[in-house]
Amino acid sequence: MSILINKDTKVITQGITGATGMLHTKGALDYGTQMVGGVTPGKGGTNVDIELENGSTASLPVFNTVSEAVRETGATVSVIYVPPAFAADAIMEAVDAEVDLAICITEGIPVLDMVKVQKYMEGKKTLLIGPNCPGLITPDECKIGIMPGYIHTKGHVGVVSRSGTLTYEAVHQLTTRGIGQSSAVGIGGDPVKGMEFIDVLERFNEDPDTYAVVMIGEIGGTAEEEAAEWIKANMKKPVVGFIGGKTAPPGKRMGHAGAIISGGKGTAAEKTATLEACGIKVAPTPSDMGATLVSVLEEHGLLEKCITKK
Amino acid sequence: MNIHEYQGKEILRQYGVAVPEGKVAFTVDEAVEAAKELGTSVNVVKAQIHAGGRGKAGGVKVAKNLDEVRTYAGEILGKVLVTHQTGPEGKEVKRLLIEQGCDIQKEYYVGIVVDRDTGRVVMMASEEGGTEIEEVAEKTPEKIFKEVVDPAVGLQAFQARKLAYSINIPTKLVNKAVKFMIGLYTAFVEKDCSIAEINPLVVTGDGNVMALDAKMNFDSNALYRHSDILEYRDLDEEDAKEIKASKFDLSYIALDGNIGCMVNGAGLAMATMDIIKHYGGDPANFLDVGGGATTEKVTEAFKIILSDENVKGIFVNIFGGIMRCDIIANGVVEAAKQIQLDRPLVVRLEGTNVEQGKEILNQSGLNIVAADSMADGAQKIVELVK
Repeated sequence: MSILINKDTKVITQGITGATGMLHTKGALDYGTQMVGGVTPGKGGTNVDIELENGSTASLPVFNTVSEAVRETGATVSVIYVPPAFAADAIMEAVDAEVDLAICITEGIPVLDMVKVQKYMEGKKTLLIGPNCPGLITPDECKIGIMPGYIHTKGHVGVVSRSGTLTYEAVHQLTTRGIGQSSAVGIGGDPVKGMEFIDVLERFNEDPDTYAVVMIGEIGGTAEEEAAEWIKANMKKPVVGFIGGKTAPPGKRMGHAGAIISGGKGTAAEKTATLEACGIKVAPTPSDMGATLVSVLEEHGLLEKCITKK
Repeated sequence: MNIHEYQGKEILRQYGVAVPEGKVAFTVDEAVEAAKELGTSVNVVKAQIHAGGRGKAGGVKVAKNLDEVRTYAGEILGKVLVTHQTGPEGKEVKRLLIEQGCDIQKEYYVGIVVDRDTGRVVMMASEEGGTEIEEVAEKTPEKIFKEVVDPAVGLQAFQARKLAYSINIPTKLVNKAVKFMIGLYTAFVEKDCSIAEINPLVVTGDGNVMALDAKMNFDSNALYRHSDILEYRDLDEEDAKEIKASKFDLSYIALDGNIGCMVNGAGLAMATMDIIKHYGGDPANFLDVGGGATTEKVTEAFKIILSDENVKGIFVNIFGGIMRCDIIANGVVEAAKQIQLDRPLVVRLEGTNVEQGKEILNQSGLNIVAADSMADGAQKIVELVK
């Protein structure tokens, strides 16, 4: 089991004929993801041929609209690699086509565009991950996004994070200890986005194959604090945390649009204190994420069960 | 992106938001000339820097005649203002705003931000104008009123009225306050602001509702569709290294320490600063080289880091995903040779093609210290710069 995606998930790429869309569609195919087509307005009716690492060639149909792509391929998930100026439109098109899940990798979408997208999504069935995120992966089954697939191992620990490379860092620390992952989700570093920590945690909580969760936050906003309160009230499984940006100066945007301490709010110290007050063990340094999880798994007698790679 | 107060007021005027008449001046003579043209008996001489707290630091003076305008302009121009927002080094004043004085009856606060929790634009108002709004929020949060805006219809008049009545704007001026708030909101969304703050908003003796100050920040992701706003950029207000970095699409922020950092990914870059601090060191910068680093980009990143004379050593921390470790290693070696790197360099590589990457570093003949993990790398660089 896993959350959101698995080996049967059919995926299309919006922006498939662009360099980025093409590169990561190939990466997903190489990993074994069922990529079934793509969308580029004006290129409908053509095919893209992608040479895979195993020597074979995948030929995917291109459509002018997402609705058409969904109708013809049966895809339920769309991944978006469209430039920032057109990305909000692309997300809304995916929502209109009623995919179950849209994943927007694009970085640099204007915040007020995302405000409109959120309004548009109200009452619609589609879930959104991102934007400005690495995507999500269910190891050995389905990889959607820009993460390096080979660092992952199938298993029972869920990972959810606002940062891409810190997710890789956490996953790597787990894999080198033999601890596999059920799914790893990057929710992205923008201030207005799709799924938040709690939305992902709810699904890990319900997934019988996830035994514990690593949650990686950073400065800015209060999503980590809200997640911590939710965990305290609802989570049946142990969660460990890490918060990046202890040394970040106030008022400066640290790369991610959402990573900013404003008006003295959103500091790492505040977040860490709330997490700890809610019973979540927080790794003191990013190098200790794996070790902190191991100690908590031991406490709960889960370590053996979580080691899936000897 | 930040702009100056006088520029913010230029924008607000376009949206029908009342602001005092004023002119920008770069010299003392221009300041006196501006005051003459304004023709009022009392003028305010205001330092223009990208930081709040100017009044307390002596950057705002009321002049009762042209001689006083000359005196104050002379005093403030070229002065280094130190406020709670400038840091201890302060900021030099290079521009002045010469503005008509006005008869202030009472000061209020109005601000607009994007609220992350609701994903909506929120207008805030308070009767406690003129003081730091953070302080009001801390001590008397009940004195801040908020209206969440539905993006489908924008800020409605009834919402502006609710705010105006809540903060006790004199009844006969409520309509003017509503016009003010709707103009401010329209400016905010049409210009893609990230913050628009009027502190204070004032009501005057002659029955006006005006913006006495204006702080406007813009979403840098949206600047591509606002060439008029880009023209307001004042490079004097920005760190020279940060300007250079932005030209190469590098995300760089200068800090006070002595260990230069080069990292891929914003989260990992922040975490790298944290771990250096954890082991007793001090990071000199935040630097995210992004997903598609080339040798050229890495070289430029090194040059920018080394142009900070406080830097005594560099820690490169790369988790190669899309970006392969062998490419990064080649970039590091090439860059170190080109700039004849004379300070300690610790490199931690992980991810795609990591073995080839390490091999390239080892065979480079350069004095590069390899690290096995973030913790290992941080400890090594902290030791080397001691």
